[in-house]
Amino acid sequence: MEICVAVDYLSVKFDEFLALDNISFKIPEGAFLAILGPNGSGKSVLIQTLIGLITPTIGKIKIFGENPSSLSPELVGYVPQIKTLDRTFPAKSIELVLTGIYYKWPWHIRKKERQKALQALEEVGASHLAERSISKLSGGELQRVYLARCIMRNPRLIVLDEPATGIDITLAADLHHILENIQAKNRTTIIMATHDLATASHHASHVLLLNRRLICFGKPEEALKEDCLHQTFGHAGHRH
Amino acid sequence: MDLSFIQRALLAGLFIGFLASFYGVFVVQRQLSFLGSGLAHAAFGGVALGLLLGIEPLWIAIPFTILVAIGIISVQEKTGLTGDTAIGIFFSVSMALGVIFLSLKKGFAADAFTYLFGSILAVGIGDLWITGIFAIITIFMWRFWGKWSYATFEKDLAITDRIPVKRENYLLNVLIAIAVVVSIKVVGIVLIAAFLVIPAATARLLSKTFSIMTLYSIFIGILSTFIGLWLSYFLDLPSGPVIILIQASLFFGSILFKNQSI
Repeated sequence: MEICVAVDYLSVKFDEFLALDNISFKIPEGAFLAILGPNGSGKSVLIQTLIGLITPTIGKIKIFGENPSSLSPELVGYVPQIKTLDRTFPAKSIELVLTGIYYKWPWHIRKKERQKALQALEEVGASHLAERSISKLSGGELQRVYLARCIMRNPRLIVLDEPATGIDITLAADLHHILENIQAKNRTTIIMATHDLATASHHASHVLLLNRRLICFGKPEEALKEDCLHQTFGHAGHRH
Repeated sequence: MDLSFIQRALLAGLFIGFLASFYGVFVVQRQLSFLGSGLAHAAFGGVALGLLLGIEPLWIAIPFTILVAIGIISVQEKTGLTGDTAIGIFFSVSMALGVIFLSLKKGFAADAFTYLFGSILAVGIGDLWITGIFAIITIFMWRFWGKWSYATFEKDLAITDRIPVKRENYLLNVLIAIAVVVSIKVVGIVLIAAFLVIPAATARLLSKTFSIMTLYSIFIGILSTFIGLWLSYFLDLPSGPVIILIQASLFFGSILFKNQSI
Protein backbone atom coordinates (compact mmCIF):
# COMPACT_ATOMS: atom_id res chain seq x y z
CA MET A 1 0.00 0.00 0.00
CA GLU A 2 1.40 3.41 -0.96
CA ILE A 3 2.50 5.64 1.87
CA CYS A 4 0.67 8.96 1.72
CA VAL A 5 2.36 10.85 4.55
CA ALA A 6 5.79 10.09 6.02
CA VAL A 7 7.03 12.24 8.92
CA ASP A 8 10.57 11.65 10.20
CA TYR A 9 12.00 13.20 13.39
CA LEU A 10 9.97 16.36 12.95
CA SER A 11 10.59 19.22 15.36
CA VAL A 12 9.27 22.76 15.02
CA LYS A 13 10.66 25.61 17.07
CA PHE A 14 9.48 29.24 17.18
CA ASP A 15 12.36 31.26 18.72
CA GLU A 16 12.88 29.40 22.03
CA PHE A 17 9.49 27.69 22.08
CA LEU A 18 9.45 24.03 21.02
CA ALA A 19 6.04 23.54 19.47
CA LEU A 20 6.66 20.00 18.17
CA ASP A 21 9.31 17.63 19.45
CA ASN A 22 10.69 14.70 17.47
CA ILE A 23 7.53 13.40 15.80
CA SER A 24 7.68 10.40 13.45
CA PHE A 25 4.83 8.49 11.84
CA LYS A 26 3.61 7.15 8.49
CA ILE A 27 0.10 6.74 7.15
CA PRO A 28 -0.99 4.81 4.06
CA GLU A 29 -3.11 6.18 1.26
CA GLY A 30 -6.83 5.99 2.03
CA ALA A 31 -6.32 6.29 5.80
CA PHE A 32 -8.25 8.62 8.11
CA LEU A 33 -5.84 10.04 10.68
CA ALA A 34 -7.27 11.85 13.69
CA ILE A 35 -4.76 14.06 15.50
CA LEU A 36 -5.94 14.44 19.05
CA GLY A 37 -4.61 16.62 21.81
CA PRO A 38 -5.47 19.35 24.30
CA ASN A 39 -5.27 23.09 23.52
CA GLY A 40 -1.69 24.13 22.87
CA SER A 41 -0.54 20.59 22.07
CA GLY A 42 0.63 21.56 18.57
CA LYS A 43 -2.20 20.05 16.48
CA SER A 44 -2.53 23.12 14.26
CA VAL A 45 1.25 23.48 14.04
CA LEU A 46 1.49 19.88 12.85
CA ILE A 47 -1.34 20.39 10.33
CA GLN A 48 0.26 23.58 8.99
CA THR A 49 3.68 21.91 8.74
CA LEU A 50 2.18 18.98 6.81
CA ILE A 51 0.74 21.34 4.17
CA GLY A 52 3.84 23.50 3.88
CA LEU A 53 2.71 26.61 5.76
CA ILE A 54 5.40 26.08 8.39
CA THR A 55 8.94 24.91 7.64
CA PRO A 56 10.28 22.15 9.91
CA THR A 57 13.17 23.17 12.16
CA ILE A 58 14.49 19.60 12.18
CA GLY A 59 13.31 16.52 10.32
CA LYS A 60 11.39 16.00 7.13
CA ILE A 61 7.95 15.40 5.76
CA LYS A 62 7.04 13.65 2.53
CA ILE A 63 3.55 13.73 1.06
CA PHE A 64 3.25 11.22 -1.80
CA GLY A 65 7.06 11.25 -1.81
CA GLU A 66 7.36 15.05 -2.24
CA ASN A 67 8.16 17.94 0.08
CA PRO A 68 4.93 19.67 1.09
CA SER A 69 6.07 23.01 -0.35
CA SER A 70 6.76 21.51 -3.79
CA LEU A 71 3.68 19.30 -3.93
CA SER A 72 1.21 20.14 -6.68
CA PRO A 73 -1.69 22.02 -5.02
CA GLU A 74 -4.32 19.99 -6.88
CA LEU A 75 -3.34 16.95 -4.79
CA VAL A 76 -4.28 18.56 -1.46
CA GLY A 77 -7.51 20.07 -0.16
CA TYR A 78 -7.18 22.19 2.98
CA VAL A 79 -9.99 23.17 5.33
CA PRO A 80 -8.62 25.81 7.73
CA GLN A 81 -10.08 26.74 11.09
CA ILE A 82 -13.13 28.86 10.40
CA LYS A 83 -12.17 31.39 13.05
CA THR A 84 -9.34 32.66 10.78
CA LEU A 85 -11.72 33.67 7.99
CA ASP A 86 -12.17 37.37 7.12
CA ARG A 87 -15.94 37.64 7.15
CA THR A 88 -15.83 41.29 6.02
CA PHE A 89 -14.54 40.21 2.61
CA PRO A 90 -17.39 40.67 0.10
CA ALA A 91 -17.80 37.21 -1.40
CA LYS A 92 -20.42 34.69 -2.32
CA SER A 93 -20.01 31.03 -1.34
CA ILE A 94 -19.74 29.94 -4.95
CA GLU A 95 -16.67 32.15 -5.41
CA LEU A 96 -14.89 30.45 -2.51
CA VAL A 97 -15.79 27.06 -3.97
CA LEU A 98 -14.34 28.05 -7.34
CA THR A 99 -10.95 28.93 -5.86
CA GLY A 100 -10.68 25.13 -5.64
CA ILE A 101 -10.06 24.97 -9.38
CA TYR A 102 -9.07 28.53 -10.27
CA TYR A 103 -6.27 28.77 -7.64
CA LYS A 104 -7.07 32.48 -7.44
CA TRP A 105 -10.11 34.62 -6.73
CA PRO A 106 -12.62 34.56 -9.61
CA TRP A 107 -13.27 37.85 -11.41
CA HIS A 108 -15.97 36.32 -13.55
CA ILE A 109 -17.56 32.87 -13.29
CA ARG A 110 -17.94 30.86 -16.50
CA LYS A 111 -21.15 28.85 -16.96
CA LYS A 112 -19.40 25.45 -17.10
CA GLU A 113 -17.49 26.11 -13.89
CA ARG A 114 -20.60 27.46 -12.16
CA GLN A 115 -22.28 24.12 -12.89
CA LYS A 116 -19.30 22.22 -11.45
CA ALA A 117 -19.36 24.36 -8.30
CA LEU A 118 -23.10 23.84 -7.86
CA GLN A 119 -22.57 20.10 -8.20
CA ALA A 120 -19.87 20.14 -5.53
CA LEU A 121 -22.13 22.16 -3.22
CA GLU A 122 -24.93 19.66 -3.89
CA GLU A 123 -22.66 16.82 -2.76
CA VAL A 124 -22.18 18.50 0.61
CA GLY A 125 -25.83 19.48 0.97
CA ALA A 126 -25.15 23.17 0.43
CA SER A 127 -26.37 24.04 -3.08
CA HIS A 128 -28.84 26.52 -1.53
CA LEU A 129 -25.85 28.48 -0.19
CA ALA A 130 -24.24 29.19 -3.59
CA GLU A 131 -25.31 32.84 -3.86
CA ARG A 132 -25.25 33.57 -0.14
CA SER A 133 -22.64 35.96 1.21
CA ILE A 134 -19.97 34.16 3.26
CA SER A 135 -20.48 36.71 6.04
CA LYS A 136 -23.98 35.28 6.49
CA LEU A 137 -22.91 31.62 6.75
CA SER A 138 -22.94 29.78 10.05
CA GLY A 139 -19.85 27.81 11.09
CA GLY A 140 -21.30 24.55 9.85
CA GLU A 141 -22.39 26.06 6.53
CA LEU A 142 -18.91 27.49 6.02
CA GLN A 143 -17.38 24.07 6.65
CA ARG A 144 -19.62 22.62 3.93
CA VAL A 145 -18.53 25.33 1.50
CA TYR A 146 -14.86 24.62 2.26
CA LEU A 147 -15.49 20.90 1.70
CA ALA A 148 -17.20 21.65 -1.60
CA ARG A 149 -14.08 23.62 -2.53
CA CYS A 150 -11.99 20.53 -1.76
CA ILE A 151 -14.28 18.28 -3.79
CA MET A 152 -13.85 20.56 -6.83
CA ARG A 153 -10.23 19.54 -7.25
CA ASN A 154 -10.73 15.89 -6.30
CA PRO A 155 -7.61 15.82 -4.12
CA ARG A 156 -5.76 12.71 -2.96
CA LEU A 157 -5.37 14.23 0.52
CA ILE A 158 -7.75 16.39 2.55
CA VAL A 159 -6.41 18.14 5.66
CA LEU A 160 -8.85 19.64 8.16
CA ASP A 161 -7.95 21.83 11.13
CA GLU A 162 -10.52 21.33 13.90
CA PRO A 163 -13.54 21.35 11.59
CA ALA A 164 -16.03 20.50 14.32
CA THR A 165 -15.11 23.45 16.55
CA GLY A 166 -17.99 25.88 16.81
CA ILE A 167 -20.53 23.73 14.99
CA ASP A 168 -23.32 21.67 16.51
CA ILE A 169 -23.36 17.89 16.87
CA THR A 170 -25.79 17.32 13.98
CA LEU A 171 -23.60 19.21 11.55
CA ALA A 172 -20.49 17.51 12.89
CA ALA A 173 -22.13 14.14 12.15
CA ASP A 174 -22.99 15.36 8.66
CA LEU A 175 -19.37 16.37 8.18
CA HIS A 176 -18.21 12.82 8.89
CA HIS A 177 -20.84 11.43 6.55
CA ILE A 178 -19.59 13.73 3.76
CA LEU A 179 -15.96 12.78 4.41
CA GLU A 180 -16.83 9.07 4.37
CA ASN A 181 -18.56 9.51 1.00
CA ILE A 182 -15.51 11.28 -0.40
CA GLN A 183 -13.22 8.54 0.90
CA ALA A 184 -15.42 5.76 -0.44
CA LYS A 185 -15.54 7.37 -3.89
CA ASN A 186 -11.89 8.38 -4.35
CA ARG A 187 -9.82 6.60 -1.68
CA THR A 188 -8.89 10.05 -0.40
CA THR A 189 -6.59 10.19 2.61
CA ILE A 190 -7.95 12.37 5.40
CA ILE A 191 -6.04 14.05 8.20
CA MET A 192 -8.07 15.85 10.82
CA ALA A 193 -6.98 17.77 13.91
CA THR A 194 -9.70 17.41 16.49
CA HIS A 195 -10.58 17.63 20.18
CA ASP A 196 -13.28 15.03 19.74
CA LEU A 197 -12.58 11.55 21.11
CA ALA A 198 -15.71 10.17 19.41
CA THR A 199 -14.39 11.16 15.97
CA ALA A 200 -11.12 9.41 16.69
CA SER A 201 -12.66 6.22 18.01
CA HIS A 202 -15.58 5.83 15.55
CA HIS A 203 -14.33 7.33 12.27
CA ALA A 204 -10.54 7.25 12.19
CA SER A 205 -8.39 4.38 10.94
CA HIS A 206 -5.36 5.85 12.70
CA VAL A 207 -5.08 8.06 15.78
CA LEU A 208 -2.16 10.24 16.81
CA LEU A 209 -2.15 11.54 20.38
CA LEU A 210 -0.12 14.71 20.61
CA ASN A 211 1.10 16.95 23.36
CA ARG A 212 3.97 18.65 21.59
CA ARG A 213 5.52 15.22 21.32
CA LEU A 214 3.99 12.05 19.98
CA ILE A 215 2.35 10.23 22.89
CA CYS A 216 0.73 7.36 21.01
CA PHE A 217 0.13 6.46 17.37
CA GLY A 218 -1.76 3.58 15.84
CA LYS A 219 -5.20 2.14 15.32
CA PRO A 220 -7.87 3.66 17.61
CA GLU A 221 -8.04 0.61 19.86
CA GLU A 222 -4.26 0.84 20.46
CA ALA A 223 -3.81 4.63 20.65
CA LEU A 224 -6.84 5.43 22.78
CA LYS A 225 -5.82 3.32 25.78
CA GLU A 226 -6.15 4.88 29.20
CA ASP A 227 -2.47 5.48 29.85
CA CYS A 228 -2.03 7.21 26.44
CA LEU A 229 -5.03 9.45 27.11
CA HIS A 230 -3.72 10.19 30.58
CA GLN A 231 -0.32 11.22 29.24
CA THR A 232 -1.94 13.41 26.57
CA PHE A 233 -4.72 15.09 28.49
CA GLY A 234 -3.64 14.70 32.09
CA HIS A 235 -6.66 12.50 32.77
CA ALA A 236 -8.41 9.76 30.85
CA GLY A 237 -11.87 11.23 31.25
CA HIS A 238 -14.44 10.43 33.86
CA ARG A 239 -17.84 8.85 34.01
CA HIS A 240 -20.98 10.70 35.01
CA MET B 1 1.19 68.04 -26.61
CA ASP B 2 -0.45 71.41 -25.99
CA LEU B 3 -3.03 70.97 -23.26
CA SER B 4 -4.42 73.65 -21.02
CA PHE B 5 -3.86 73.27 -17.30
CA ILE B 6 -7.47 72.15 -16.74
CA GLN B 7 -7.20 69.50 -19.45
CA ARG B 8 -3.98 68.24 -17.87
CA ALA B 9 -5.63 68.22 -14.45
CA LEU B 10 -8.69 66.31 -15.70
CA LEU B 11 -6.57 63.75 -17.53
CA ALA B 12 -4.40 63.32 -14.44
CA GLY B 13 -7.63 63.05 -12.42
CA LEU B 14 -8.82 60.22 -14.66
CA PHE B 15 -5.56 58.35 -14.20
CA ILE B 16 -5.18 58.81 -10.46
CA GLY B 17 -8.90 58.25 -9.80
CA PHE B 18 -8.43 54.88 -11.46
CA LEU B 19 -5.08 54.06 -9.81
CA ALA B 20 -5.87 55.01 -6.21
CA SER B 21 -9.27 53.31 -6.32
CA PHE B 22 -7.93 50.10 -7.87
CA TYR B 23 -5.22 49.72 -5.22
CA GLY B 24 -7.53 51.18 -2.59
CA VAL B 25 -9.70 48.05 -2.48
CA PHE B 26 -6.68 46.08 -1.23
CA VAL B 27 -5.73 48.84 1.21
CA VAL B 28 -9.23 48.77 2.70
CA GLN B 29 -9.77 45.02 2.73
CA ARG B 30 -6.31 44.28 4.16
CA GLN B 31 -6.85 47.02 6.79
CA LEU B 32 -3.82 48.93 5.55
CA SER B 33 -5.31 52.43 5.82
CA PHE B 34 -2.41 53.46 8.03
CA LEU B 35 -0.06 52.33 5.26
CA GLY B 36 -1.55 55.03 3.04
CA SER B 37 -0.70 57.64 5.69
CA GLY B 38 2.77 56.19 6.16
CA LEU B 39 3.51 56.26 2.45
CA ALA B 40 2.09 59.78 2.11
CA HIS B 41 4.50 60.97 4.79
CA ALA B 42 7.31 59.07 3.10
CA ALA B 43 6.38 60.93 -0.09
CA PHE B 44 6.58 64.18 1.91
CA GLY B 45 10.17 63.30 2.82
CA GLY B 46 10.97 62.54 -0.81
CA VAL B 47 9.29 65.68 -2.14
CA ALA B 48 11.11 67.83 0.43
CA LEU B 49 14.44 66.31 -0.61
CA GLY B 50 13.65 67.01 -4.25
CA LEU B 51 12.75 70.63 -3.45
CA LEU B 52 15.98 71.00 -1.48
CA LEU B 53 18.09 69.57 -4.30
CA GLY B 54 16.24 71.56 -6.96
CA ILE B 55 15.27 68.33 -8.79
CA GLU B 56 11.68 67.59 -9.91
CA PRO B 57 10.34 66.32 -6.56
CA LEU B 58 8.39 63.35 -7.94
CA TRP B 59 11.58 61.85 -9.40
CA ILE B 60 12.99 61.74 -5.84
CA ALA B 61 9.71 60.92 -4.10
CA ILE B 62 9.04 57.77 -6.17
CA PRO B 63 12.22 55.83 -5.24
CA PHE B 64 12.16 57.30 -1.71
CA THR B 65 8.60 56.07 -1.11
CA ILE B 66 9.28 52.70 -2.74
CA LEU B 67 12.23 52.19 -0.36
CA VAL B 68 9.99 53.04 2.60
CA ALA B 69 7.30 50.60 1.36
CA ILE B 70 9.90 47.82 1.12
CA GLY B 71 11.39 48.85 4.45
CA ILE B 72 8.04 48.58 6.22
CA ILE B 73 7.51 44.98 5.12
CA SER B 74 11.14 44.01 5.80
CA VAL B 75 11.04 45.41 9.34
CA GLN B 76 7.76 43.59 10.00
CA GLU B 77 9.17 40.29 8.78
CA LYS B 78 12.49 40.54 10.55
CA THR B 79 11.26 41.87 13.89
CA GLY B 80 7.75 40.43 14.18
CA LEU B 81 6.45 43.92 15.01
CA THR B 82 2.93 44.68 13.84
CA GLY B 83 2.29 46.57 10.63
CA ASP B 84 1.12 49.75 12.32
CA THR B 85 4.26 49.90 14.48
CA ALA B 86 6.57 49.48 11.50
CA ILE B 87 4.56 52.05 9.53
CA GLY B 88 4.57 54.46 12.48
CA ILE B 89 8.36 54.35 12.68
CA PHE B 90 8.91 55.03 8.98
CA PHE B 91 6.13 57.64 9.00
CA SER B 92 7.89 59.56 11.78
CA VAL B 93 11.36 59.30 10.27
CA SER B 94 10.12 60.44 6.84
CA MET B 95 8.18 63.32 8.37
CA ALA B 96 11.18 64.41 10.42
CA LEU B 97 13.47 64.25 7.38
CA GLY B 98 10.94 66.19 5.30
CA VAL B 99 10.72 68.99 7.86
CA ILE B 100 14.52 69.19 8.08
CA PHE B 101 14.93 69.25 4.28
CA LEU B 102 12.32 72.00 3.95
CA SER B 103 13.88 74.05 6.73
CA LEU B 104 17.22 73.89 4.87
CA LYS B 105 15.64 75.20 1.69
CA LYS B 106 14.96 78.87 1.27
CA GLY B 107 11.75 80.15 -0.31
CA PHE B 108 9.78 76.87 -0.39
CA ALA B 109 6.40 77.92 1.01
CA ALA B 110 4.29 77.97 -2.16
CA ASP B 111 5.76 74.72 -3.49
CA ALA B 112 5.23 72.96 -0.18
CA PHE B 113 1.58 74.11 0.05
CA THR B 114 0.89 72.70 -3.42
CA TYR B 115 2.36 69.34 -2.49
CA LEU B 116 0.59 69.27 0.85
CA PHE B 117 -2.90 70.04 -0.43
CA GLY B 118 -2.82 69.56 -4.21
CA SER B 119 -3.51 72.03 -6.97
CA ILE B 120 -5.04 71.77 -10.41
CA LEU B 121 -2.38 74.20 -11.60
CA ALA B 122 0.43 71.90 -10.50
CA VAL B 123 0.06 69.12 -13.06
CA GLY B 124 2.72 69.46 -15.75
CA ILE B 125 3.13 67.45 -18.95
CA GLY B 126 5.87 65.39 -17.30
CA ASP B 127 3.51 64.48 -14.42
CA LEU B 128 0.85 63.47 -16.95
CA TRP B 129 3.28 61.14 -18.71
CA ILE B 130 4.37 59.47 -15.45
CA THR B 131 0.78 59.05 -14.29
CA GLY B 132 -0.40 57.80 -17.68
CA ILE B 133 2.39 55.25 -17.97
CA PHE B 134 1.71 54.01 -14.44
CA ALA B 135 -2.01 53.73 -15.26
CA ILE B 136 -1.11 51.53 -18.26
CA ILE B 137 1.20 49.44 -16.06
CA THR B 138 -1.68 49.05 -13.59
CA ILE B 139 -3.97 47.80 -16.35
CA PHE B 140 -1.35 45.09 -17.01
CA MET B 141 -1.20 44.45 -13.25
CA TRP B 142 -4.91 43.61 -13.36
CA ARG B 143 -3.82 40.03 -14.16
CA PHE B 144 -2.63 39.83 -10.56
CA TRP B 145 -6.00 40.91 -9.17
CA GLY B 146 -7.14 37.28 -8.69
CA LYS B 147 -4.02 36.29 -6.72
CA TRP B 148 -3.99 39.47 -4.64
CA SER B 149 -7.68 39.07 -3.86
CA TYR B 150 -7.23 35.42 -2.89
CA ALA B 151 -4.36 36.31 -0.53
CA THR B 152 -6.46 39.16 0.88
CA PHE B 153 -9.34 36.80 1.61
CA GLU B 154 -7.33 33.98 3.21
CA LYS B 155 -3.54 34.14 3.13
CA ASP B 156 -2.94 30.52 4.18
CA LEU B 157 -5.23 29.11 1.48
CA ALA B 158 -3.39 31.21 -1.08
CA ILE B 159 0.00 29.95 0.14
CA THR B 160 -1.15 26.31 0.01
CA ASP B 161 -2.23 26.97 -3.58
CA ARG B 162 1.37 28.07 -4.30
CA ILE B 163 0.70 31.77 -4.67
CA PRO B 164 3.97 33.54 -3.72
CA VAL B 165 2.16 35.70 -1.17
CA LYS B 166 5.30 37.30 0.29
CA ARG B 167 6.60 38.38 -3.12
CA GLU B 168 3.14 39.62 -4.14
CA ASN B 169 2.88 41.67 -0.91
CA TYR B 170 6.15 43.44 -1.75
CA LEU B 171 4.94 44.10 -5.29
CA LEU B 172 1.55 45.41 -4.13
CA ASN B 173 3.14 47.69 -1.52
CA VAL B 174 5.53 49.12 -4.12
CA LEU B 175 2.66 49.77 -6.54
CA ILE B 176 0.61 51.45 -3.78
CA ALA B 177 3.66 53.59 -3.00
CA ILE B 178 3.88 54.72 -6.64
CA ALA B 179 0.11 55.38 -6.75
CA VAL B 180 0.47 57.59 -3.66
CA VAL B 181 3.32 59.59 -5.15
CA VAL B 182 1.76 60.17 -8.58
CA SER B 183 -1.48 61.33 -6.90
CA ILE B 184 0.21 63.96 -4.74
CA LYS B 185 0.05 66.90 -7.13
CA VAL B 186 -3.73 66.64 -7.50
CA VAL B 187 -4.78 65.37 -4.06
CA GLY B 188 -1.92 66.49 -1.82
CA ILE B 189 0.14 64.64 0.77
CA VAL B 190 -2.19 65.45 3.67
CA LEU B 191 -5.24 63.80 2.13
CA ILE B 192 -3.87 61.09 -0.18
CA ALA B 193 -4.46 58.38 2.45
CA ALA B 194 -8.16 59.31 2.50
CA PHE B 195 -8.16 59.26 -1.32
CA LEU B 196 -6.95 55.65 -1.23
CA VAL B 197 -9.55 54.59 1.32
CA ILE B 198 -12.84 56.42 0.79
CA PRO B 199 -13.82 55.23 -2.74
CA ALA B 200 -13.03 51.61 -1.78
CA ALA B 201 -14.86 51.91 1.55
CA THR B 202 -17.89 53.38 -0.26
CA ALA B 203 -17.76 50.59 -2.83
CA ARG B 204 -17.61 48.04 -0.02
CA LEU B 205 -20.96 49.26 1.30
CA LEU B 206 -22.56 48.72 -2.09
CA SER B 207 -20.97 45.43 -3.18
CA LYS B 208 -21.64 41.76 -2.66
CA THR B 209 -18.48 40.59 -4.41
CA PHE B 210 -14.89 41.81 -4.52
CA SER B 211 -14.91 42.20 -8.31
CA ILE B 212 -17.95 44.50 -8.12
CA MET B 213 -16.31 46.36 -5.22
CA THR B 214 -13.24 46.96 -7.43
CA LEU B 215 -15.33 48.29 -10.32
CA TYR B 216 -17.47 50.53 -8.10
CA SER B 217 -14.35 51.84 -6.35
CA ILE B 218 -12.78 52.84 -9.68
CA PHE B 219 -16.02 54.48 -10.84
CA ILE B 220 -16.39 56.43 -7.58
CA GLY B 221 -12.70 57.38 -7.60
CA ILE B 222 -12.81 58.78 -11.15
CA LEU B 223 -16.21 60.48 -10.75
CA SER B 224 -15.33 62.17 -7.45
CA THR B 225 -11.97 63.35 -8.83
CA PHE B 226 -13.60 64.90 -11.91
CA ILE B 227 -16.32 66.65 -9.89
CA GLY B 228 -13.79 67.78 -7.27
CA LEU B 229 -11.41 69.21 -9.88
CA TRP B 230 -14.20 71.17 -11.62
CA LEU B 231 -15.48 72.53 -8.32
CA SER B 232 -12.00 73.47 -7.10
CA TYR B 233 -11.47 75.35 -10.39
CA PHE B 234 -14.72 77.30 -10.14
CA LEU B 235 -14.43 77.95 -6.42
CA ASP B 236 -10.69 78.62 -6.54
CA LEU B 237 -9.97 76.15 -3.74
CA PRO B 238 -7.21 73.52 -3.29
CA SER B 239 -8.26 70.45 -5.27
CA GLY B 240 -7.38 67.78 -2.67
CA PRO B 241 -9.83 68.83 0.07
CA VAL B 242 -12.65 69.39 -2.43
CA ILE B 243 -12.20 65.90 -3.91
CA ILE B 244 -12.14 64.33 -0.45
CA LEU B 245 -15.34 66.17 0.57
CA ILE B 246 -17.08 64.86 -2.59
CA GLN B 247 -15.90 61.34 -1.75
CA ALA B 248 -17.01 61.67 1.86
CA SER B 249 -20.46 62.82 0.70
CA LEU B 250 -20.73 59.74 -1.50
CA PHE B 251 -19.62 57.56 1.41
CA PHE B 252 -22.19 58.93 3.86
CA GLY B 253 -24.83 58.92 1.14
CA SER B 254 -24.11 55.21 0.59
CA ILE B 255 -24.59 54.51 4.30
CA LEU B 256 -28.00 56.20 4.15
CA PHE B 257 -28.90 54.32 0.97
CA LYS B 258 -27.83 51.01 2.52
CA ASN B 259 -29.79 51.67 5.73
CA GLN B 260 -32.92 52.59 3.81
CA SER B 261 -32.79 49.52 1.63
CA ILE B 262 -32.60 47.16 4.67
